[in-house]
Amino acid sequence: MKVMFTVNNKKVTVDDHPGMTLLEYLRREEFYSVKYGCDDGTCGACAVIIDGHTQNACLTLVHSIHGRAVETLEGLNENDLVRSIQDRFLTEGAIQCGYCTPGMILSLAALLRKDATPAEAAIRDALSGNYCRCTGYVKPVKAMLK
Amino acid sequence: MKVVGQHTTRVDGKALARGKAVFADDIRLTDVLHIKLLYSAIPHGRIVSINTDKAEALPGVVMVLTHKDLKPHFFTTAGQGYPEPSPGDTMILNPVVRFVGDKVAVVVAESPDIAKQAVNLISVEYEEYPAIFDPEKAIDNEVIIHPEIKGDRFLFDAKRNIAARITADLGDVVSAESSSTFIFENEYSTPYAQQAHVEPHITLTWLDENDRLIIRTATQVPFHVRRIVSEVLDFPISRIRVIKPRIGGGFGAKQEILNEEICAVVTLKTGRSARIELTREEEFFAARSRHPQRIRLKMGVDKNYKIRFIDMDILENCGAYGPHALTVMSVTSQKSLSLYNIPNIRLRGNAVYTNLPIAGAYRGYGAPQGFFALESMIDEIADELKIDPVEFRRKNIFQPGDEIPIARILGEGREGYKMTLNTSGMEACLERGKLLIGWDERKNNKSGNIRIGYGVAAVCQGSGVPGIDMASAQIKMNEDGSFNLQVGATDLGTGSDTALAQIAAEVLEVPVSKIIVYSSDTDMTPFDTGAYASSTTYISGGAVKKAAELLKTRIIDQAKRIFENDEVKISEGILTASNGEKLTFSDLCTRSFYTDHQQQLMASASHTSFDSPPPFNATFAKVSVDTQTGHVRVLKIVSVTDAGQVINPSMAEGQVEGAIPQSLGMALSEFMIFDDHGQAINQDLLRYHIFNAIDMPEIVTEFVHTDEPTGPFGAKAVAEIPINGPAPAVANAVFNACGVRIRNLPIMPEKIIRWLGKL
Repeated sequence: MKVMFTVNNKKVTVDDHPGMTLLEYLRREEFYSVKYGCDDGTCGACAVIIDGHTQNACLTLVHSIHGRAVETLEGLNENDLVRSIQDRFLTEGAIQCGYCTPGMILSLAALLRKDATPAEAAIRDALSGNYCRCTGYVKPVKAMLK
Repeated sequence: MKVVGQHTTRVDGKALARGKAVFADDIRLTDVLHIKLLYSAIPHGRIVSINTDKAEALPGVVMVLTHKDLKPHFFTTAGQGYPEPSPGDTMILNPVVRFVGDKVAVVVAESPDIAKQAVNLISVEYEEYPAIFDPEKAIDNEVIIHPEIKGDRFLFDAKRNIAARITADLGDVVSAESSSTFIFENEYSTPYAQQAHVEPHITLTWLDENDRLIIRTATQVPFHVRRIVSEVLDFPISRIRVIKPRIGGGFGAKQEILNEEICAVVTLKTGRSARIELTREEEFFAARSRHPQRIRLKMGVDKNYKIRFIDMDILENCGAYGPHALTVMSVTSQKSLSLYNIPNIRLRGNAVYTNLPIAGAYRGYGAPQGFFALESMIDEIADELKIDPVEFRRKNIFQPGDEIPIARILGEGREGYKMTLNTSGMEACLERGKLLIGWDERKNNKSGNIRIGYGVAAVCQGSGVPGIDMASAQIKMNEDGSFNLQVGATDLGTGSDTALAQIAAEVLEVPVSKIIVYSSDTDMTPFDTGAYASSTTYISGGAVKKAAELLKTRIIDQAKRIFENDEVKISEGILTASNGEKLTFSDLCTRSFYTDHQQQLMASASHTSFDSPPPFNATFAKVSVDTQTGHVRVLKIVSVTDAGQVINPSMAEGQVEGAIPQSLGMALSEFMIFDDHGQAINQDLLRYHIFNAIDMPEIVTEFVHTDEPTGPFGAKAVAEIPINGPAPAVANAVFNACGVRIRNLPIMPEKIIRWLGKL
């Protein structure tokens, strides 16, 4: 079965095999910002944006996204909003090992598109699907409040 | 100081922020083979037969390896220095399995899916043996878990299932007991807990154009990986290169030599590149966890509130094999007995084998278990004696100038070294913490269903392993005045590359942007024992400082030759002769390369330390307890640390902020639950709950400055210490809130309700 969708605004056609996850596909195609962490949608290391919503690529089957628009951090690195989050993270020291950082940045970008000046509770809510074992979420949250 | 003590953006920060391909798995290998493992389905037994025919017949399967295909060789997976102070009780594949999850077969296929299918096609016939799940019943059980091991000097008594034993005696506990006014006795325990680094264990191997084995792996110990793979596979060190790229957290779990040797075997046997990545589920049983411990304490106090003696008895559960069995238990006791000046000490500890998953290194390395027991007990004593818990601690803590006698007795698997406390900010940490948490509120009346409580814990750790850890660094100068800093030290996400660059930049009087760091590559960087025991800033930082100072001297000497003038001053990258002649670093290096007294200006240095100055920390917790449901909510954590001179304030804060939720998890939500085959039933992050952004309380992190004379620019360690305090501080706060004393972690709502007589 052929599935067509866009990744970072480029059209792709994928020869789907049953059970192929979007995580598997994106890593195979070298979108390495999308990471493996848990298999069950708890850690958020594989977060991508699909039609404006963050979604875990490990729980997304390729056949379910026909006609939809997928964004990964690779496609958003020049985006002003994402740049501003990255700069805040760097200035605040919100990055440690950096493995969960792309997922966090996408979750925050999706939040900021809806709410330019989110309150702390909204920031924490947006990050609640991104497990981070290094920062305690302290500096990622602080970075967004400054 | 211009660079040390200042916030600096991480040297690897931009690449990480942009999601660049910097982690082990972020490369595409051609013709790569995928590895999946078959694990034991039974807790204890012997493999009678393995049939791999069906698996091997599956199209796309390249090879299935069982114990029959590998030369028997015992080693330890502990990833420590040589000789490792852990029992050599492990084989890559062993015909005897010792827990549900022990490795049985290695399946190699063209894709991960095919490998997974093939794993399910292997049939194994076992002769099942009885198993031990209760560590209290392990010693002198008729079941012997490692009967075949003889003459291993780091396995205490295989016949009795005792992997390791420690004893230490100081003064006279018996007479101290008879002269103590108050005697206290209790028992505490902590469960299996997961490091839960988000990046799983991942290893890639291949042969380069000269048939050398390249191991690209998420490890904290690249040089130990090289040595141990060489030993286990009988393959020369000269033909192995280990590369550690960025790694996605380790917390001790990546000190283990977990799959590197398996991946390497596959590459050596097939000539092809190979890849093995653990799933999250495998992380729970096939990787490592925190050693569960049961600690009995007996303490005596005199009428002046001075602690007269402590009797500590530790039972540590290693699981089926013994990596870190001795040294974790040794850290448990050595750290918790380095905080208070107690003249009489009796210490007994046994680390025992059980048919449960293997425990290993996890941030704090035994100290969190020890401090949970000690700091709970101290709180209980203070409550009984009606003295403020902070005041009671203050009366007993070691002061600068004191010798810490236990350090001399307990080293890393052998006798230690004399330790005199040069600096201690412990009192200041306690004072500052009291203010920040609002300590005086703790006496407020407790009424209603929701009770607020306050608790404190005082803790310490070490800075590297004295007399054992060794680090080295080399620095070379480039003709634009930049420097390549090459270190064996391993940045596991902590930011050590940045901290080491700051140390070099401070000495060489250049901005951090002029230091290009390359680390953890056994071909390209000098030796380092690795990132564990809070050693990198203190030990590796010491090596970088020495190398930079040596290079600075050589730069000045070269300038003297070029100027033909013996009086040269160096300041901010400019060399000035006494006659006013000037040279920039860039000019100096360019002339040294091409025209004048030609040479590469460079230096290297190694560093060890017989000191391991303890950093100190006071952690305060404010909690609410719902006495109807038993639900505990942590409202605020204050963590004040004496880490000596902090090299990078925001990175040091980050260490503290990240350690707090790990310890809060240990206090409240993280533990592995086993069924009656010893298999954990919560092997995923849904049912094993680590703190997320919403669970987090308010966090306040501060540092108290001291100037440690043996550390680079006065630095002590900071990586592990902040994980020791939150769990006991929360347990003490729960007691303050509602009078319930939970001595076995985690603090579950049903335990509180039961204690309150409501269940």
